Amino acid sequence: MATVNHPTGSTAHDGAAAHAPSHVHVDGAPVDGAHEEAAAGDGHRRRDFINVAALSFLGVGTAVAIYPLINQMNPSADVLALASAEVDISRIEPGQAIKTVWRKQPVFIRNLTPQEIAAANKVDVGSLRDPQTLAERTKEGKQNWLVTMAVCTHLGCVPLGGSEGENKGEYNGYFCPCHGSHYDEAARIRKGPAPKNLEVPEFAFVSDTVIRIG
Amino acid sequence: MAYAWAQAYEPKSPLMKWVDQRLPLPRLVYGTVGGGYPVPRNLSHMYNWGALSGFALIVQIITGIVLAFHYVPSSEGAFDSVERIMRDVNQGWLLRYLHMNGASFFFMVVYLHTFRGLYYGSYKAPREIVWMLGLVILLLMMATGFMGYVLPWGQMSFWGAKVITGLFSAIPLIGPTLQEWLLGGFAPDQAALNRFFGLHYLLPFIIFGVLILHVWALHIPGSSNPTGVEVKGPEDTLPFHPYYTAKDGFALGVFLLVFFAVVSFLPNYFGHVDNYIPANPLSTPSHIVPEWYFWPFYAILRAFTVDFILPAKLWGVLGMFAAIILLFFLPWLDSSPVRSGAYRPLFKMFFWILIADIALLGFVGGLPAEEPYVMLSQLATAYYFAHFLIILPLIPKFEKPLPLPSSISEAVLKGTTSKAAPAGIAAPGTPGVVHA
Ligand code: FES
Repeated sequence: MATVNHPTGSTAHDGAAAHAPSHVHVDGAPVDGAHEEAAAGDGHRRRDFINVAALSFLGVGTAVAIYPLINQMNPSADVLALASAEVDISRIEPGQAIKTVWRKQPVFIRNLTPQEIAAANKVDVGSLRDPQTLAERTKEGKQNWLVTMAVCTHLGCVPLGGSEGENKGEYNGYFCPCHGSHYDEAARIRKGPAPKNLEVPEFAFVSDTVIRIG
Repeated sequence: MAYAWAQAYEPKSPLMKWVDQRLPLPRLVYGTVGGGYPVPRNLSHMYNWGALSGFALIVQIITGIVLAFHYVPSSEGAFDSVERIMRDVNQGWLLRYLHMNGASFFFMVVYLHTFRGLYYGSYKAPREIVWMLGLVILLLMMATGFMGYVLPWGQMSFWGAKVITGLFSAIPLIGPTLQEWLLGGFAPDQAALNRFFGLHYLLPFIIFGVLILHVWALHIPGSSNPTGVEVKGPEDTLPFHPYYTAKDGFALGVFLLVFFAVVSFLPNYFGHVDNYIPANPLSTPSHIVPEWYFWPFYAILRAFTVDFILPAKLWGVLGMFAAIILLFFLPWLDSSPVRSGAYRPLFKMFFWILIADIALLGFVGGLPAEEPYVMLSQLATAYYFAHFLIILPLIPKFEKPLPLPSSISEAVLKGTTSKAAPAGIAAPGTPGVVHA
């Protein structure tokens, strides 16, 4: 309603105009002015520039305002700071595995026996859902050290088979109890809903007995 | 709003008159849930679920607000703070059990409300938007219920959060990044718990807002009724108050009886024992199940086991969401001109098969993913989609609907010759006369 009392306000809408018919002519005046301008010059009005500039600023401003609102959801610096972990593997006997933590997520480190390595290498890679050889999933010369995330690639449960006496599934590797995914000796998906092999994180041997994950 | 003969609001006291002239809120309430809202006179008890859902929402909001006074949203302190509520906070155990079971009862009455809508064709024109807003509320409730279940930070909380956010990692390319963005980390932790708490507190108020839109949209055509025949005149309706406030009040009494029986004697019946074990990111419970109200959807999620162009996991996610999104199109999938299932013999039969199918999905969704349950869930999922996409559009082509009554009052008064009318209400056929 404020615009009714403000004859120069170009925002007066139909409603306001209806209430104050005498202002219609006043509101109409700039339009006539614009016609003159357009006829006189390059077809652009000076007001167009103001409109475009104001709307552009509004757009950019909105984007700038939204960015921190979205980005605050991403992992924060302290969470990212946990991004690497060193693990001593000297006490893991062949046939044993341990579960350790990296980025607040569990990791399996498994010392494969020669039989397990042989069994994993016997599999026809082409027949796998996510074809990978054991060699591709381990470091050269250290084929017995299988380091994988202990996070099922289906929906993220921790598979069993990392400790003594747990169900290793039908392929002697890991078994995810949540929806029944079976992984083999090389932690490759063999059966069940998971789409991928257990992920091998980035890791390196710092020495013969210590690895750094991440 | 809906009908010309709706009783206009007359302020009874000078104070109300004064208020009404300045802020017509009393008028709004009167016209929405008072004597000024004419409602079909033949509503059955199946039409009570809506009012009960509204009541359940308010119970959740009130108990939730007071629980938030004592709850600590931290991955270190959440579990202990819930135990403290149970043991030390005055009547904390009661408030928490009310909130916990209130969620189950809320879903129960909302599902029954939805089934009623399905059976009586409440989704059909001109109430499509009422139906769709109801579905929006259902989706918001699911998000709220899921996040609420995470808050106690027990084993089921943690692993539920992990599995459900894991759904998003199924999306090609952006999936894993999206999951990290949602969780604020690589696994559920402090960041996730904190934001879930914030959203769990916020969403019920958004639900309340959508509920207002839902009721508003309903009041444009007015309530539907078991015959599916639209209201034709004043003889077809009764004022909401006192007739349906009384009927809803009775239903509320029964509801509270059952609700408190569970809260008092079986408070953990709908829960899961594993959630009394603090969250442990390194060990997964042997069998992860969501709350019962997610079981049918969980069954659909797990029903997809083969990769077909897309990975099986993504199909599962798509299937689960499609199961609800599909319902938004229901008004256009069902083209029968007859609204109520009571007059549609074929539809009625398939309706009950669908209910049995959903019950079966719910049953297998709560069980481990083993044979024969996986196979059952696949069959039931296939049938669920077939019902909406194939059977429902085809029914009108083969169905011969029963003869419809020419009006609601005729259906109600059939066989009686006298012009029966409740005391104080205009007898049928005398429009314009209103009750004292
Ligand atoms: S999370 Fe492992 S099978 Fe689903």
